[in-house]
Parts: sequence; C-alpha cells; structure tokens
Amino acid sequence: MATKKMAIIATKGALDMAYPPLILASTAAALGWEVQIFFTFYGLQLLRKSLKGIKISPLSNPAMPMPPMPVLLKAMPIMESIATKMMKAKMKKKGVASLEELRDLCVEADVKFIACQMTVDLFDFKKSDFIEGIEYGGAATFMKFAGETDVCLFI
Amino acid sequence: MNFDKEFDASGLACPLPIVKTKNALKDMAPGQVLRVVSTDPGSVCDMAAFAEQTGNTLLEQGAENKKYVFFLKKA
Repeated sequence: MATKKMAIIATKGALDMAYPPLILASTAAALGWEVQIFFTFYGLQLLRKSLKGIKISPLSNPAMPMPPMPVLLKAMPIMESIATKMMKAKMKKKGVASLEELRDLCVEADVKFIACQMTVDLFDFKKSDFIEGIEYGGAATFMKFAGETDVCLFI
Repeated sequence: MNFDKEFDASGLACPLPIVKTKNALKDMAPGQVLRVVSTDPGSVCDMAAFAEQTGNTLLEQGAENKKYVFFLKKA
C-alpha cells in the first residue's frame, strides 16, 4: 500500500485555529502518512520558539461561548488575556494537549514544516524567531508536494 | 489476555491516545502485544482506524471500570 500524503496550509495564528493543523498532522503522521505543513501569514506564529503568545480573541468570534456582554466590553484589552487563560485552563482540565506538545509530536514524527519565505520577509521576521529544523520556501516549492497528496487542506 | 507492554492514556484527549500509542509500539518487537487504557470515547473508533491503517492488529477491545481497554499486536 503506497504511503498516503497530506499537505496542510496553515494561515491562522489564533489559539483555536492553531489546533486543527497540528492535531491533523500529528495524527496522520501516527498513521504512517507523509505530512508537510506550509505556514504562511499568521500561521507563522506557530513556528515561533515560544507558543506562549498564541491567544484567542472574544471579538469577532460569535461561535465562542461567552456570557452575554456588549461588544465594547469584549474589546477591552484585558478580555483577550482572560479569554485565552480560560480556554487554556479548560483544555488542560479536559486532557487536551498543549500546542507545544502537539508541535513536538509532529517534529518527532518527521512532519515537515515549511515557512513561507514571502511572509517572513513581509513581516520582517528573522530565522532566529523560529524553531530549528524548518525549511523556508515559496508557493511553487510547496505546490510540487501538494500536487502529489491524497489530502490537501487549507486552514 | 497476555500483554508485553502497557500504556495508560487515561485523561488524554484526541489525538494523544493514538499518537502516544504509536510511540509506545515503536520500541516493541513484531508480534508483541500492547495494552492501552483510555478514557476518551473517541478512541474506540480511532484505535480501530489506527490498526487498519498501520497494519497493527487490534486483538481485543472492551470496557473496564468506565475505561476503554485495547490490546494491539505489533505488525
């Protein structure tokens, strides 16, 4: 049976959107698939050395369960930190892996991480901002692998 | 059922039961049996899918004291 392949394009950097690419990649890798993740735009945040800064916002998140409150209150700077703390605490209580743990599992399982060179340049990021062992590439490089995959996801 | 190694995934949520089971199997010899305990209801289907996709055999699965127990034979 030929090895299945999956490509994920990770474009988001919020806490809730950080989970899908890392969970899917680590699971597919555990099932023996060959997996590559192309991190672009806000997805690059997931390649930072520390993931402590990944947050979730109560604003523009109508699906997020929160007690009813006016948008003006949700827009207060402290609300983002509160929402993030509460979400992380809930995840820990329910045994959900941390982003760090999921990323480590991906690395151990040889999931290939590719950082979008264009976005790195756009936001003036440096290689020293990111974890070791990642590649830097553009869309054309990624398309080659993406074209061979069984599953290709845009997250 | 006899087993050679045991892994307790109690309290862990998806995808950890599967990903950690894979790691537990890594250092085992072909034919050896791994016993996995999980509290994640999703792991019931996941473990069967894992066995099917990786060629490891799911020998037995059941429930004990509100936990799910799986016996996997390494391919």
